[in-house]
Amino acid sequence: MNQNGDITMHLDHALSPRGASIPLEVSDPVFTLDDVSVFYGDYEAIRNVTLPIGKNEITAFIGPSGCGKSTLLRSFNRMNDLILGSHLKGVVAYHGTDIYGPDVDPIEVRRKVGMVFQKPNVFPKSIYENVAYGPKVNGAKGNLDDVVEECLTRAALWNEVKDDLKKSAYALSGGQQQRLVIARCIAVKPEVILMDEPCASLDPIATAKIEDLMVELANDYTIVIVTHNMQQAARVSDRTAFFTAELDDNEVRHGRLVEFGRTRELFSSPGDTRTEDYISGRFG
Amino acid sequence: MQNQLAGRGTLLRDRVFMWLLFISLAIGVLTLAILLIYVTVKGWPRLDLRLFTNMPSVRDAQNAGAQSAITGTIWVISFTALIALPTGVLAALHLEEFARPDSRFQRFIEINIQNLAAVPSIVYGILGLAVFARALALGQSVITASLTLALLVLPVIIISTREALRAVPRNIRDGSLALGATEWQTAYRQTLPAAIPGIATGTILALSRAIGEAAPLLLLGAVSFITFNPDGVLSGYTTLPIQIFNWTKESREEFQVLAAATIVVLLLLLLAMNFVAIWIRNRTQKRW
Ligand SMILES: Nc1ncnc2c1ncn2[C@@H]1O[C@H](COP(=O)(O)OP(=O)(O)O)[C@@H](O)[C@H]1O
Ligand SMILES: [Mg+2]
Repeated sequence: MNQNGDITMHLDHALSPRGASIPLEVSDPVFTLDDVSVFYGDYEAIRNVTLPIGKNEITAFIGPSGCGKSTLLRSFNRMNDLILGSHLKGVVAYHGTDIYGPDVDPIEVRRKVGMVFQKPNVFPKSIYENVAYGPKVNGAKGNLDDVVEECLTRAALWNEVKDDLKKSAYALSGGQQQRLVIARCIAVKPEVILMDEPCASLDPIATAKIEDLMVELANDYTIVIVTHNMQQAARVSDRTAFFTAELDDNEVRHGRLVEFGRTRELFSSPGDTRTEDYISGRFG
Repeated sequence: MQNQLAGRGTLLRDRVFMWLLFISLAIGVLTLAILLIYVTVKGWPRLDLRLFTNMPSVRDAQNAGAQSAITGTIWVISFTALIALPTGVLAALHLEEFARPDSRFQRFIEINIQNLAAVPSIVYGILGLAVFARALALGQSVITASLTLALLVLPVIIISTREALRAVPRNIRDGSLALGATEWQTAYRQTLPAAIPGIATGTILALSRAIGEAAPLLLLGAVSFITFNPDGVLSGYTTLPIQIFNWTKESREEFQVLAAATIVVLLLLLLAMNFVAIWIRNRTQKRW
């Protein structure tokens, strides 16, 4: 610990790539994972992850494919429940409540923790109905015009679609569809938005728009993003968790958390050679 | 210099194979064409409005029509659809969206549905006679016929509905559930609407099979000449295949002509239904 107050302040908070002031340790966690392992049947896809997710921060999960990033992400909103045979060990606490606890309704969890998928999965309905769907299934009655406009505006899509709200969402480009999925997600007023490789199927221009949007949304939402793209993690995230897959004694692959820290530090001075190899491109 | 891109010439084997394919196709198409032309030519003298406005008769061939058979067919098939469609769709929805695919009970039901789809229609006639006509005392009525035909088409509707539901991508369901929708909301607001074209196609094809059925209805006792239109579900009835069957049993040539004309009406109805099914399928092809 540093004795000097000034230097402590300086060391404690640092500007993240998007310009947010981020403390060294997560001070206000929305989620805390404690020794979390996720299984598909007998197979332990990811093991023993302990990790906090800071409020209004952007946390990036990076690592080689198959190391369990998506699996871990889906445990934040209990989407793994839908996969037959999957189960979880450890504690996923949301503001201190174990979301896998006995009297927690996964549906309530998903209202608080929204999700954007790798492939834009707009519904086969109009643009308007895509956004209105979340509020409707959550019991909203009456006219949703204002909600639709507000969410599309927040997702930086309103100006492009305001005259075509009745058109099928399939008429939109991939990047617009992904922004529509984000608009649809925030219409439910979640606190957290999970994004699983949201730009994997998009071109660089559409990707840049989504990245700008993420930075913008981080003012009001807590964002966890899985990305294959290390530059993306380095550009937008405040903290980064690096995962890898390792063989155990029985030659079975399991995902492990290698390193977790503020993005700037993790990228400039990684504490583990595996992280260093991966971010410098020396990894398989 | 030799041209390296020159073909090797069509091999005899390839040509024989092409001809075999063509002949197989021609057998199917020609048979249908010959049948259509034959009945149309034969029934031509009686293919007029009398068929639709007049009632059947065994004596007066000149003024006999098939009105009661046409209305009977509409009555029977409407109630068949009314019974089989909701039952089949709900059963498929349960099997596809809610039941646990790993349970033994589920597998047992699945094998049974496959088997039921292969049961000969006359067996359904026996079942209908025992259960609906006799045990439930519904007699020889529209509702007995509809219930029996509904059982007949139910497996086909369940199977085609399940296929239509399965064709809806997983990520649509995930998208809905991730917004906090319940499984039931997801099923009836997303999966079911997206599957409607497939369900409609499968149902129409199943019903068009039921329209052509004579065997189970004959077993239920629908053999008499009915000279009135049904006026309720407990009313007596006749249908087009039954009427055709009855007329072809008559020895007088006029009745054979009448039967041919009625066959044309039945075939046109079936072709129209299949055309609608194909049209729905093509109009809504592949959105994802
Ligand atoms: N539904 C599933 N059933 C069984 N195994 C799965 C399933 N989904 C993923 N896995 C396995 O879990 C491991 C981690 O997968 P995933 O979380 O998708 O990795 P990542 O997102 O890092 O590429 C992989 O070995 C994968 O094969
Ligand atoms: Mg993944």
